[in-house]
Amino acid sequence: MPVVAKAAGLGNPLARRAVLGLGAALTGSLALAARPGNTAPAPASPPADAAWSQSIGAGVVDRPYGKPADTEAGVIRRNVPWLTAGTESSVSFSPLQDLQGIITPNGLFFERHHAGRPDIDPAQHRLLIHGLVERPLVLTMKDILRFPSVSRIHFIECPANGGMEWRGAQLNSLQFNHGMISCAEWTGVRLSTLLEEVGVGKAAQWAMVEGADGAHMNRSLPLDKCLDDCLVVYAQNGEALRPEQGYPLRLVVPGWEGNVNIKWLRRIKLGARPWYSREETSKYTDLMPDGSARGFTWSIDAKSVITFPCPEKPPGGPGLYEIRGLAWSGSGKVTRVDVSVDGGVNWQVAQLHEPVLSKALSRFTLPWRWDGRPALLQSRVIDDTGYVQPTIAQLRQQRGSNSVYHNNSIQTWQVKPDGSVFDVQLG
Amino acid sequence: MFSSASKSLLLGLCAIVAAGADAAEPGHFGYGERATPAQIAGWDIDVRGDDGAGLPPGKGSVDRGSEVFADQCAACHGTFGEGEGRFPKLAGGAGTLRDDRPELTVGSYWPFAPTLWDYIDRAMPMPAPHTLSADDVYALTAYVLNLNDVVSNDFVADRDSLPKVKMPNRDGFIWTDPRPDTAAKPCMSACANPADVRITSTAEGRDITPRTTGPLDTMQPK
Repeated sequence: MPVVAKAAGLGNPLARRAVLGLGAALTGSLALAARPGNTAPAPASPPADAAWSQSIGAGVVDRPYGKPADTEAGVIRRNVPWLTAGTESSVSFSPLQDLQGIITPNGLFFERHHAGRPDIDPAQHRLLIHGLVERPLVLTMKDILRFPSVSRIHFIECPANGGMEWRGAQLNSLQFNHGMISCAEWTGVRLSTLLEEVGVGKAAQWAMVEGADGAHMNRSLPLDKCLDDCLVVYAQNGEALRPEQGYPLRLVVPGWEGNVNIKWLRRIKLGARPWYSREETSKYTDLMPDGSARGFTWSIDAKSVITFPCPEKPPGGPGLYEIRGLAWSGSGKVTRVDVSVDGGVNWQVAQLHEPVLSKALSRFTLPWRWDGRPALLQSRVIDDTGYVQPTIAQLRQQRGSNSVYHNNSIQTWQVKPDGSVFDVQLG
Repeated sequence: MFSSASKSLLLGLCAIVAAGADAAEPGHFGYGERATPAQIAGWDIDVRGDDGAGLPPGKGSVDRGSEVFADQCAACHGTFGEGEGRFPKLAGGAGTLRDDRPELTVGSYWPFAPTLWDYIDRAMPMPAPHTLSADDVYALTAYVLNLNDVVSNDFVADRDSLPKVKMPNRDGFIWTDPRPDTAAKPCMSACANPADVRITSTAEGRDITPRTTGPLDTMQPK
């Protein structure tokens, strides 16, 4: 019999109250911000002990691989079922509204598959490096683990994050409008180490990187970027990569759009020119209003978003809150984030929280005393190149509404007097 | 068979010797094995889009392509590439790139014909990728190009003919990133007239957002 049920037993008024309290915790929203005015104590404790304080809990290795509390079961990656033909070539979104730091837990890291998730036997996995190299190599996972290792914290963002909002506000959700970004500590070997090992041929200027998934997903990368900061990683937040993130081996291309961070990496071929693969011609190119298209738009421009309040986590009522958010740039470090509560008329400098790392998520906060009147919340990031996050109107002026990718515009959350929050766009 | 096996064995031996030599070179770790030509050939599937480098021997006609397409592709892409449900439309959309609702297809958008061969070969058909013969991939490529009126009914695709196909949108791409293309200024106060701040678009009431609590949503198109 479960511990809670045992404690709930039989005519004991304390235990009955404890069950009521637990029920409230299970069904109630776990509000993370202060809720002034909501001072009614939980029925069970204090002053009474809760059921879990008067019983013995589950032992060690009850869950040999841990998992979140049962009451957090709703904190999951979610998809938009009507968006894609099936789930195999599709995307899921991280629940940013429930995440608190700069690191995305491995089970909540957003997914983008082009032919579903392969479940790969690492003993059979190989990385082939060939083409314009001096010594083509086949590496096993054991071989790759022997090379000098490095760990780096970087975000990965799908360039289609926010892509559904080019024409207007559509999805009333932080998770679905911004959740195609996640951030992890990656451990592996520098790509430059592997390329030095094979010896880069004199004529080599580009690398074709390819996955072992059914899509044999491939992209071209300039050699300079490969030698600069790319990583071939086998670990994510301290453990082996999750299958959804490329187990047993993936590429991390810091600051560049998610799809070039090839998962299930099996081949790197050096060449003199780019390959113009399907994923860099018919997809992941940006159509402009004049009918021309931009290709090889790899970098993620600086972007920020307020994660509290948001449609999923509205404020409870007037009072003092901490506006919280995330900012990032594919060009380097975040240097400043400004916050407006009046739709961009006036701005305040938010506090940036350490660590502020290059090409990683950074946290910002700003205290906000909400008077209960309508508010329009916005954040605006500036990175260390001096680039300032644009409005959607500024982006549309340059690119129209059909470019799908690289919408890094300022998000506006409308807070209504009743405390509800909506995704809106301003003119 | 026997002679090719001996050759592989020989190459394998060479690889072992070579790997041993590499290990002794300063600056190299010597991990892994020298890739044999056979290993490389097995995985060296890429075809370069703009000039077709890497296209294998083989050929396929439009007619043959229509048969393979009916068997392998039509269930998702429709008999004439019109696309079933939310699966991609492969044909049509010519001249729509400047439209309010452009249709991006092989014919209207793709810049290079060999890219189509490469993609079909590496990723299609979706339930069994990279299982078609080179001839069938050539045939499918010919058929899809024909659906888009890019090649004639008697076109035969092979390693010589495909790179010569000029796609309608071949010159439509700019391959150097012009960003940053905005120059926003970080104004701090009185940046706009409050009376001009108006909501032009809202997600409120649109009712297309899946739920973000409880079990996964199964919301379908409205």
